[in-house]
Amino acid sequence: MSVIRTAGGYSVTFRPRAAVMGAACVVLALAVGVLAIGSGEYPMAPADVIRALVGQGDPADAFIVGELRLPRTATALAVGAALALAGAVFQAVVRNPLGSPDVLGFTYGASSGALTAIVIVGGGSAALAGGALIGGVVTGVVVYGLAWRGGMHGYRLVLVGIGVAAMLTGVNGYLLTKAQITEAGRAVLWMTGSLDGRGWGDAAPLLAAMAVLVPVVLIGCGRALSMMEMGDDAAGALGVRVERVRLVLLGSAVLLVALACAAAGPVAFVALTAPQLARRLTKAPGPNLLSSMCMGAALLVSADFAAQRAFGAHQLPVGVVTGVLGGGYLVWLLATERKAGRI
Amino acid sequence: MTSQHTTQETGRRAAHEETARTAPEFVKAGPGQADAADEQRGAAPGGGADGGAARLTGEGLTLAYDQRTVSEQLSVAVPDRSFTVVVGPNACGKSTLLRALSRMLRPAAGSVLLDGADIGGMPAKKLARTLGLLPQSSVAPDGITVADLVGRGRYPHQSLLRQWSREDERVVRESMEATGVRDLESRFVDELSGGQRQRVWIAMALAQQTPLLLLDEPTTYLDIAHQIEVLDLCARLHEEEGRTLVAVLHDLNHAARYATHLIVMRGGEVVAEGVPDDVVTARLVEDVFGMPCRVIEDPESGTPLVVPAARKNTSAARGV
Repeated sequence: MSVIRTAGGYSVTFRPRAAVMGAACVVLALAVGVLAIGSGEYPMAPADVIRALVGQGDPADAFIVGELRLPRTATALAVGAALALAGAVFQAVVRNPLGSPDVLGFTYGASSGALTAIVIVGGGSAALAGGALIGGVVTGVVVYGLAWRGGMHGYRLVLVGIGVAAMLTGVNGYLLTKAQITEAGRAVLWMTGSLDGRGWGDAAPLLAAMAVLVPVVLIGCGRALSMMEMGDDAAGALGVRVERVRLVLLGSAVLLVALACAAAGPVAFVALTAPQLARRLTKAPGPNLLSSMCMGAALLVSADFAAQRAFGAHQLPVGVVTGVLGGGYLVWLLATERKAGRI
Repeated sequence: MTSQHTTQETGRRAAHEETARTAPEFVKAGPGQADAADEQRGAAPGGGADGGAARLTGEGLTLAYDQRTVSEQLSVAVPDRSFTVVVGPNACGKSTLLRALSRMLRPAAGSVLLDGADIGGMPAKKLARTLGLLPQSSVAPDGITVADLVGRGRYPHQSLLRQWSREDERVVRESMEATGVRDLESRFVDELSGGQRQRVWIAMALAQQTPLLLLDEPTTYLDIAHQIEVLDLCARLHEEEGRTLVAVLHDLNHAARYATHLIVMRGGEVVAEGVPDDVVTARLVEDVFGMPCRVIEDPESGTPLVVPAARKNTSAARGV
């Protein structure tokens, strides 16, 4: 741990290794983002992309970058960062790597909301996003309410979440059987998690919410969350208002997940893997919130680039790539955690 | 003698400066309260075991989890500068009492007062600079080093813009020295033995620099040598640094040896309290624990020593 102290008696701590890793992830995310923007039917050199991004390019490039390709990349970065941050928060609050929104039912809830919007209301993409947001938030409130017994225990939250997820899987299946074939196709594509054709309208609500929620989580609650890793009593004894901090954190995380789902669908496993990878790379104790965010952005933008370009003419939805990679990672994690006796 | 006195004085001055430095943060609580605290501390006879005024009291406490009531109308006072030990049979409510005293459990009725003010209404960090707790169920985060864990005890003294002052650094170093874990500072906590780990947790509680420290069964899961090591450490902190300690202990003989004030509980009630010499009698032990015994003088420390009756004597005694 390193410290920067100023003459006024102020001090800030950081971990050099975590700082380097976070910076590396940001550089990787931006580099892949530039490559992704530059590729497609109208290829552009990275230098041209950067020129267009900073407003120096020729008008055609500027239009393609600013209106067609940047929204998708920006959505990928934002969705990756939001899911990873929410995942890091959940895993730290329930003190279990399996306590991520993928497992706890929030993404299933978002799917139920989106399916309801498609199948029953029959709305367009705005209704779909709205449905996903409402579904995610309602699921969050229900899980929190069911797991609350005059206090919150991480283990109970995981069990209740898994139960709710199982029920919602059934609901989602039922909604799909009720759908027309074209609607069902659209719904399934959405449920896989896809960034295809995303515009600024899809990214804007998430970006706006992140402008508020990220500082609330990182600056407002980050240090208290580190204390809560030691147990509620230990954190309480150190002067953390445990229940209040947890409510703010879980509320923010549920909103982030729901908005990320609204923007790109329930992209699988980013929320689970990014915090774990970040923790293993930084080797730092603590929830590693900022490192996880950087890792999530890099992961999702890379996965989307791979999904678009790595399989020749076929473009895959990004959720297929994260699902396959993340699922493998989950199996490995379960095996090692089992060995370590933590689950 | 002289050096002990100096240590105490320095400790007190440091505590005072601490209050003064952080006072503006909590204007509502006001400097008046800090003064009151200081007066009360001053009023207590220095190092006195039982005569001290109580800074921490519980009055008319009803303590309950969900629907299960553990204690009703419970009143306790922790004498200032005492090493108070709470004992009693399993499920007698001693840990519950400690949780209430440390605001981990909100009383269903009654209130816990610190320097005359209800702890329920105090700003959490301010309270955490006066009253520390070493819970039974703490978890060391994965991959944390001893120095980092001890450093977390500084949380109530820190803020977003004062994350690690030189004062923090000094206090953490001294806390590790006081508990004999300085040599382990860069080791990972998960690699340590049970006794070492418990000393690290105590170091963390010390780094919090609270004049009052509550310990919930600090010797559980330790072998006998480590139990004594931890209790000796507590006694030293009490004697040399003038801290008020409250511990829940299982072992009656340890309680009798180390406590300056003993609180005996049964069925959610306090049945006896006072100096161990007065409190620990064969009759009380049989009343409270339902175990016939003899109480003799501990040849090592001169404190009461409970010797359970042998089986054949017990049945004979019961038969008569």
